[in-house]
Amino acid sequence: MSVIYNSMYYIASGGLILIGLYIVLVKTNLIKIVIGLNFIDTGINILLICIGYIRGKTAPIFSDPGIKSTSVVDPVPQALVLTAIVIGVAVLALALSIVIKVYEHNKTLNVTKIKGLKW
Amino acid sequence: MRKIISIIVLVIIAAGFVFTFSQIPFGKDKINVAGYYIERGIKQTGAVNIVTSVVLNYRGFDTLGEVTVLFIAALGLGAVLFIERKLKEEIKDKEDKKRKASLILRTGSRILFPLILLFGAYIFIHGHLTPGGGFQGGAIIASGFLLMYLAFPRKSINKRTSNIIESVSGLVFVGIGLLGLVFSGYFLTNFLPKGVPNTLFSSGIIPIIYIAIGLKVGFELTGIIDDLLGRSR
Amino acid sequence: MIFQLLLIFIMIILAIAASMFKDLVNAVVVSAAVSLIASILFYFLQAPDVAMAEAAIGAGLTTAIFIIAIRKTERYEK
Repeated sequence: MSVIYNSMYYIASGGLILIGLYIVLVKTNLIKIVIGLNFIDTGINILLICIGYIRGKTAPIFSDPGIKSTSVVDPVPQALVLTAIVIGVAVLALALSIVIKVYEHNKTLNVTKIKGLKW
Repeated sequence: MRKIISIIVLVIIAAGFVFTFSQIPFGKDKINVAGYYIERGIKQTGAVNIVTSVVLNYRGFDTLGEVTVLFIAALGLGAVLFIERKLKEEIKDKEDKKRKASLILRTGSRILFPLILLFGAYIFIHGHLTPGGGFQGGAIIASGFLLMYLAFPRKSINKRTSNIIESVSGLVFVGIGLLGLVFSGYFLTNFLPKGVPNTLFSSGIIPIIYIAIGLKVGFELTGIIDDLLGRSR
Repeated sequence: MIFQLLLIFIMIILAIAASMFKDLVNAVVVSAAVSLIASILFYFLQAPDVAMAEAAIGAGLTTAIFIIAIRKTERYEK
């Protein structure tokens, strides 16, 4: 039982990354592929935060004068994930605008029918 | 055929994950670089939120890069979805036949919109005292504008004012960094007085930069939604 | 602890369901639910800044951008 409790966050993030990768590799609708990319993003963010987690310690904000400096979790992965979430939404917006233009040009969203490249 | 190869690739990647994650113990104390930031954070920057001091003071240059990436994405989206002026006239005639939204949505959004803007401004002004900061506050401001877009199908923001606010906020961020270069010889140093921790006017340049980032991200995301909907004339 | 285990289990089931829906609006709504559960997990991992960012950006603006994109293209996956 404690094996499950020690590894459940790794299963969550690894599972999201694998499901996102499956959607990108197998599905043929462009908007579903973009949804899969969003899942991969979310899975990697969960992985980064759960690496910085320490059992029994609290959030890194010293709003109470009684919190000592040795009882907080790691703040550096949280700063990096903050950047990664915003960049994820920027990439998502740009990808969806390209999907809209591709649909206007080809009238279909199926990747097997869009044959713009020659080979 | 494609499915079988993908499933084989996924099984190999899953085996790699299992092998890697078994080497990382969950919940053990592995603080390495952050010990320096936690011990000297309040004394050197004055912000009680350590994540804010890492994002804006110790790693401020990465935040500048992130604001640049968001700006490039909004610019690219505006360039890809560019509609020429003749086509815009045709779309405007088609849009004038839209129905109005329901009465509950119209009345409720008029009451909620200033409260949402106030809440977003509170979050990015107090970024160094409570959880929050520029990006979260900017996203909440963009959600408020999205509510107004949904409730009134024929109105839109003034694109010129939004562009001016966004550009000036970006320039304020870079300008404060250059002022740090003038005062102490390093880009983005904290040259204003640190103040008493846990009060509003403390921690140097961090509230000023977070206000600039909050306004910039808020109006940028609003501009993205406006370009996608194709509404401003 | 049991609560977090239950949330992770529901998140994985919702992610698998998002890949099987034929109506794209259903898939987007389920993706918003996955972002919401991720935001709750961020709170349990003692990261309130990241939880706020993920809730505001992931479960709010991403869904809106997806639905606007679906409205300009097709709704059903053939």
